[in-house]
Amino acid sequence: MSPTIDWTALVIFLCCFALVTVMGFLAAGWKRGATPAHLDEWGLGGRQFGTWVTWFLVGGDFYTAYTVIAVPALVYAVGAYGFFALPYTIIVYPIVFLLMPRLWTVAHRAGHVTAADVVHGRYDWRPLELAIAITGVVATMPYIALQLIGMQVVIKALGLSGELPLIAAFLVLAVYTYSSGLRAPALIAFVKDIMIYIVVLAAVAIIPVKLGGYGAVFAAADAFFTAKGGATGLILTPGQMLPFATLALGSALAAFMYPHTLTGIFASASAETIRKNAILLPAYTLLLGLIALLGYMAHAAGIVVSTPSDVVPVLFRSLFPGWFAGFALAAIAVGALVPAAVMSIGAANLFTRNFWKAYVDPAITPSGEAAVAKLASLGVKLGALACILLLPTQFAIDLQLLGGLWILQTFPSVVLGQYAGFFRAPALLLGWATGFFGGSAVVWMDGLKPIHTLVIGGAHYTIYVGLLALAANVAVASAASALLGLGGSARR
Amino acid sequence: MRAWLLLLPFIGLLWVPIYNRTTPALLGFPFFYWYQLAWVPVSSLITWFVWRGQRH
Repeated sequence: MSPTIDWTALVIFLCCFALVTVMGFLAAGWKRGATPAHLDEWGLGGRQFGTWVTWFLVGGDFYTAYTVIAVPALVYAVGAYGFFALPYTIIVYPIVFLLMPRLWTVAHRAGHVTAADVVHGRYDWRPLELAIAITGVVATMPYIALQLIGMQVVIKALGLSGELPLIAAFLVLAVYTYSSGLRAPALIAFVKDIMIYIVVLAAVAIIPVKLGGYGAVFAAADAFFTAKGGATGLILTPGQMLPFATLALGSALAAFMYPHTLTGIFASASAETIRKNAILLPAYTLLLGLIALLGYMAHAAGIVVSTPSDVVPVLFRSLFPGWFAGFALAAIAVGALVPAAVMSIGAANLFTRNFWKAYVDPAITPSGEAAVAKLASLGVKLGALACILLLPTQFAIDLQLLGGLWILQTFPSVVLGQYAGFFRAPALLLGWATGFFGGSAVVWMDGLKPIHTLVIGGAHYTIYVGLLALAANVAVASAASALLGLGGSARR
Repeated sequence: MRAWLLLLPFIGLLWVPIYNRTTPALLGFPFFYWYQLAWVPVSSLITWFVWRGQRH
């Protein structure tokens, strides 16, 4: 579909965008530290964010614009199965509560900025540090590209055509991230999150009234899936239950291994800040559950789209007045800026600390680190933009899918290593390689599907490949650690 | 040891057969949906309870 330009919506959209741009530049002076030219300042906002700033920042950066587009799109297309995002984003918080305060404490004590720093601090072995850093960067790049896809969908819904609006929006983002660092997304997150809350609460209150109540919304979705043949529906088929549960668990374990989420953790003022956020952040999960229902509301509204990712913008434009549709679309676009900024900062921190400092300039000063990281963040963003403009969209989506599997393979080195003393660094690297390459190969051979069917004793078990790869990873790392222990080699 | 309570959300949500049905519905929501949504505040309360226990 090619919508005409709704001028009211477009003007509201541009005003919101202008507001956050100004905030992005002004953020440089917000809560300014004593030594502004330091990676802790640019890359972690001075390690001082309290409970509320962290709540907005992590909420704004974990629940990305792509989520707002892709989760309802999946629910629209496949029904109950698309809701795995809900158990995933519920059980992720007990995991954060249990594991992240310890990681924060280690990072705070030693001045670590990245997950690879933590691993280097623990094992003092460069090859493992490099593997963790590369994994972080390659898992993040397609994730940034997906934020661009989210913006593209919104720009298209506004009736604008061509690539120029996207390039302009992204260049603005790149420049204020360069100048303000993590303070920019932290400040913009306040605006983004409040906008998204307003939009979703309005949507879940107004849309069902227009469509005849939630009973009617679910009935319409049920009728749609039944007409399609009933392969998917309002509840899971028996064969979907194990994939649903394993996708939720695997995604939850992977979630806080990403550079953008860990950056939010390390930027917190204290371990207590993180514990309180593990209690408060589920408010966003409630929001996500309601956003997912937009997929069913689209069926009740009789919306038919050829590309499921257009579902949310089309629904907003057909059911909201022009000015509110503009506000809602702006909320999604601004929602793309926060995670894209934090992701590029997280990736730039990895490049600076675990490649540049490790191999190019070991004597680099903290202000030199900040300068390298600022340039690296520009490079990362331009790379993601080039991907979107030059390669097919599906490429970024497939890579992001693999990215979840990849980042999950850093879990043993980053987290388990903090608790279990018996792991040896070379063994962890071997485990990582097994999970990373073995898991990628399985996904590739299955035709880029995230789930794989195992046949054990005649019974079929379909499981998220990331979790299978993690199991292989831990098994290999444990066995190799035991062997190295027997050999009595120097302890690493 | 209150921390063991944090296992409850994992059991309640990853053991899918216990909630994979449409009835009883609540306010138009099939069971599958309101059950999972209800776990959001419940899980948050459990975490709060564990946190409070650690501080005292």
